Amino acid sequence: MARPVAIRVLGWLAVLALLAGLGMAFGYAPREAIQGNVQRIMYVHVPAVLTAYLAFGLVLVGSIGYLASSRAGWDRLAASAAELGVLFTGITIASGSIWGKPTWGTWWTWDARLTSTAILFLVYVGYLLLRGLVDEPERRGRFAAVVGIVGAANIPIVHFSVKWWRALHQPSTILGPEPSPIAAPIAAALLVNWVAFTLLFAYLLARRIEIARLEEAAMGGVLRAR
Amino acid sequence: MTGYARRVGIVLWKDLLVERRSKESLNALFFFGLLLLFLFQFSLGSDRARLESALPGMLWLGFVLAGLLGLGRSFLAERENDCWEGLVLTAGDKSAIYLGKLAANVCVMGAVELVILLLFGLFFDVDLGRAAAGLAIILPLGTLGLAAVGTLFAAVTAQVRARELLFPVLLLPVQVPVLLATVSATQVALAGQPLGDAAPWLRLLAGADLVYLVIGILTFEFVLEG
Repeated sequence: MARPVAIRVLGWLAVLALLAGLGMAFGYAPREAIQGNVQRIMYVHVPAVLTAYLAFGLVLVGSIGYLASSRAGWDRLAASAAELGVLFTGITIASGSIWGKPTWGTWWTWDARLTSTAILFLVYVGYLLLRGLVDEPERRGRFAAVVGIVGAANIPIVHFSVKWWRALHQPSTILGPEPSPIAAPIAAALLVNWVAFTLLFAYLLARRIEIARLEEAAMGGVLRAR
Repeated sequence: MTGYARRVGIVLWKDLLVERRSKESLNALFFFGLLLLFLFQFSLGSDRARLESALPGMLWLGFVLAGLLGLGRSFLAERENDCWEGLVLTAGDKSAIYLGKLAANVCVMGAVELVILLLFGLFFDVDLGRAAAGLAIILPLGTLGLAAVGTLFAAVTAQVRARELLFPVLLLPVQVPVLLATVSATQVALAGQPLGDAAPWLRLLAGADLVYLVIGILTFEFVLEG
């Protein structure tokens, strides 16, 4: 259980990091030669998608932890991470769409990476829908954990199937095997923004888990009072 | 192990017997498949060239839609007359129940798919003879992938409100890789090309089947608990 003070500190750190990231994205990083200023959307787009994958990874961890131990804390982790994962996937798709219109000339295209991100989004929206339809916390946790595990195991399968299906998106430049061709200032700005997004995610996650814990305590109180 | 295999066999035999006596799913699904073929024809028009390129997709869309209806029902009968409690109280590893249910679902789906396929060949004038060898591999692999997740999720949604809505919402996004792989492989088979051209898709399909099957076996007991 994180202490409230620690969470508040985390929140302020996230704010500072986001401000620094914003400053670097607009002030420090150079204007991209071909795409112009619109390329600066990348400083939101890439950190958002990396954060989303982190979130879905935590859903998997929480799901396995809950099935293995039946401890409610794991379920709260999975549920909170899933909500934030959907949020950050939404930000990824929206920012990518805004980036795609001026550079590719279209809001949406059935490219491999876009499609697999959209599928990921739909899988975890389904996960959240399921959670909303089961009232009893213990059953909700078990059912959601099973769906969360299937969803996470499916990510690589979706990735490869959609990749073979078609590809237009530029290949990943950060995580690729080659040395990164990104200019150093751009990479630095990206790194700062990525750290900022991760801090923001950690803060929101801690808050959301706390809310989930209070909700359950309140529900438990109601049930006992009856 | 023989006890385990016997329990799988008993569940399979029970489900097939119920289906043979009631013919609840089969009759309706055959008819549903026929209806789908008509709807596809109406919605796509009679342009032969356009129809031909859409055939593999239509075929698998038909299988998936029939699967949604058929698989979604597979645990509903257990909700009546305390059958569910009977399943929960069964001695031994609960995954035997999952495998039995899965086997029964594969049998029923396989029968429905064969009929839809024959009608498909008849109505759309498709030469199924030269595709038969390919389809004999693609169809079981695709059906297993669909049914492995479908059976697991059906057990979840059978215990949840709004199950008719939730089942497709959970299953469809997860099944995208299966759909992509089967449609692409079927395209190769229907075009009369050697099945080796579709080898990557078949490997992906087999890998996906294995992942889904393992997750189903490992997590089913948590879904059954009630």
